[in-house]
Amino acid sequence: MRSLLRTVTTQLRHYPSAIVGLFLISLFVVLALSAFFIVPYSEAIEHWRGTEDVVGSNPRNAKPLWSNWFRSEKLPVTLNLSSLNGEGETERVEISEDIFETITTYEFDFAADRYPSELSIIFYADYEEKPPFVEMTWITPDGREIKAGQLSPIARDQFRFSQNDRVIRDLGVATTEEGFFRDPEITDSSEPLKGTYTLVISALHFEENSTIESDFTLFGEVFGWAGTDHRRRDLSVALLWGSPIAMAFGLIAAVSTTASAMIIAAISVWYGGWVDSVIQRVHEVFLTLPFLSILIMIGTFYSRNIWNILGATIILFIFTSGIKGYRALFLQVRELGYIEAAQTYGASNMRIIFRYLIPRAMPLLVPALISLVPTFVFIEATLASFGLGDPVLPTWGKVIDDARSNGAVLNGHYYWMLQPTMLLLLLGIGFTALGTALDNIFNPRLRQI
Amino acid sequence: MSVEDKTGTLLEIDELRVWYELKRLGFAHAGYVRAVDGVSFNLDYGKAIACVGESGCGKSSLMKTVLRLNKPTEGSIRFEGKTINGLKGEALREYRSQIGYIQQDPFGALPSFMTVRQILSEPLAINGIKDEDEQMRRIEAALTEVRLTPVSDIINKHPHMLSGGQQQRIVIARAMILEPKLLVADEPVSMLDASVRVEVLNLLKQLQTDRQLAIFYITHDLSTVRYFSEHIFVMYAGQIVEIAKMDDLLDNPKHPYTHALLSASPDPDHKNALEMREVPPGEPPSLVNPPSGCRFHPRCHFAIAGKCDHEQPPFYDIESEHRVACWLFDPDENHEQP
Repeated sequence: MRSLLRTVTTQLRHYPSAIVGLFLISLFVVLALSAFFIVPYSEAIEHWRGTEDVVGSNPRNAKPLWSNWFRSEKLPVTLNLSSLNGEGETERVEISEDIFETITTYEFDFAADRYPSELSIIFYADYEEKPPFVEMTWITPDGREIKAGQLSPIARDQFRFSQNDRVIRDLGVATTEEGFFRDPEITDSSEPLKGTYTLVISALHFEENSTIESDFTLFGEVFGWAGTDHRRRDLSVALLWGSPIAMAFGLIAAVSTTASAMIIAAISVWYGGWVDSVIQRVHEVFLTLPFLSILIMIGTFYSRNIWNILGATIILFIFTSGIKGYRALFLQVRELGYIEAAQTYGASNMRIIFRYLIPRAMPLLVPALISLVPTFVFIEATLASFGLGDPVLPTWGKVIDDARSNGAVLNGHYYWMLQPTMLLLLLGIGFTALGTALDNIFNPRLRQI
Repeated sequence: MSVEDKTGTLLEIDELRVWYELKRLGFAHAGYVRAVDGVSFNLDYGKAIACVGESGCGKSSLMKTVLRLNKPTEGSIRFEGKTINGLKGEALREYRSQIGYIQQDPFGALPSFMTVRQILSEPLAINGIKDEDEQMRRIEAALTEVRLTPVSDIINKHPHMLSGGQQQRIVIARAMILEPKLLVADEPVSMLDASVRVEVLNLLKQLQTDRQLAIFYITHDLSTVRYFSEHIFVMYAGQIVEIAKMDDLLDNPKHPYTHALLSASPDPDHKNALEMREVPPGEPPSLVNPPSGCRFHPRCHFAIAGKCDHEQPPFYDIESEHRVACWLFDPDENHEQP
């Protein structure tokens, strides 16, 4: 077995398609494993449910970061800075016995060619009777200071900078964002000033144990490496988690269907007679079944849970995946002398099937199994894009479904459709390329039978 | 290994018939293939008997029935006095464990995905020897007996890493590992190089004498039978036509078919190079509709019209242990004999 493995690995190096396939598959394996560390499962499920406090600070239908590489006019990137995550610098200044001041400074670079769509800040204040008093100052790269607003936040309080129309009045601009980002040198106000901006939040506290935390968001038109959907959900969560789900679905289905098909074919050949006839007729009936329609019915009337769908897929495919091919092979193997010898020294039927027939067909199993993986991945995606995806899990198919039903392509959100489709395509290419190469390596051996 | 000095009959085959049913449309009866049609012979402990005949004469069916891979249709097979016709399950396994089987093609006879050690431990494990040390001890003994030494060089190899002769020795070791009483050898050297044949035949001869082993040797090649068989019989179209001691039959053949068979076997003599041999005309007959009377009559130069094509000849005793089924040897009449 080890020597076989060694020959296969040395031979694989001579097939470019195997290299490509292995590269793509290992990329997806890394992606799948990293999903568990980057976004833990429960967090991903929570995020995908899309409640306001989880995704509230994300923009809607924001483009992915990479879309800026292909534009001459760079779009503003969504930015989130929060003292809750330890971002920004906070200093404490004692003023008198009871009164002290905290000054939080957020510094960030802005390099886009358009104004951000909105600026907002959420305060989390903790006090007993008297809330702290907050004053915000906006400092532009050229050193101008703009009074951005003041308030006494009560518990959790959101402040939108556009609420403060004083900026509009004082600077004579159309929107607050224009006031904050405008380049005063240029009379045509359509281009923002690039550089490092600073937001200073100074809070006056009137109680010993009073605290304040702030969460500042600059809503741009670009968000993360995958963008967001119509419900502000970060698509990278779905694309990341789609990878382990797709691979698990594809591999489990491929392994269990090919292995059971092989066992059934071996039983069919070994017992022959009416057992063979029954298995072959059942197989022929299953070949004519419209499996996609059956899966759609199961999804519609019974359950959309991915594991139930997986079970149904496996049952439908056991009797369709290559039983005839394996049967043809076993009919040949059955006539080999070593089977006859095994009978003469008393091997039982089960022993002959599992220790003498099936091991001989093992080399066929591996390429068949690898090439089958994409079929099942696509089945899952197809069902999801019919709206029959798992109700809680984020999968590639569900992203495609959302994109399609929200007219992503018509509305210019091409990235929404493109990203999951490309991932499916690459996964398919990876497994198919490796499967083809393995087939080339294993099949000459089979011809010796 | 203790050699028991047993004498008497080990294997008794009486009027054995093996017919395969032919079916039309999968169920309607359409006749029988009479592969073995009334064969009787005995084999004593420690003796060897050879069965010769051309392809399709039923010798493989006979052998497979002795191994109980086929079920006899009629007649009986007795092994050590017990009828084995209808054995099933455990009793069948017990019977088979007393018979070793050597096949023609050593490469096909060995599972390519197992190592020598696995191949040899399979019969032991199946027949109740599960202890690994005991298995190893017996594997080493068997490999030493077939002279595949050093054992440690061979034991972890796969069949394709061995030469044809070595593979056939593994097959013999596997056949011998359960210490059988009877060895069934189906053309054991026909796929081997001429240089290895003698070695393998000598090995079988050695095993026969050392172990008091009875051998049922099946071949179409008359040049190898002389090595160790005491008795020989010739089969034609599912029936025995002549049975005798080895030297009697080879030096003094009686049946016209035996003559034809012997003259067809190559003889390394340069005089033969330019000589045409006399071969019986025609093809071996169909086993579904065998010719009436003597089955050889359509191809026989000596056929007696009105006799050979109507009545099946009985066995005539020529001398002790030499019997022939041919009308030419009817002692009441005086026919020209070959």
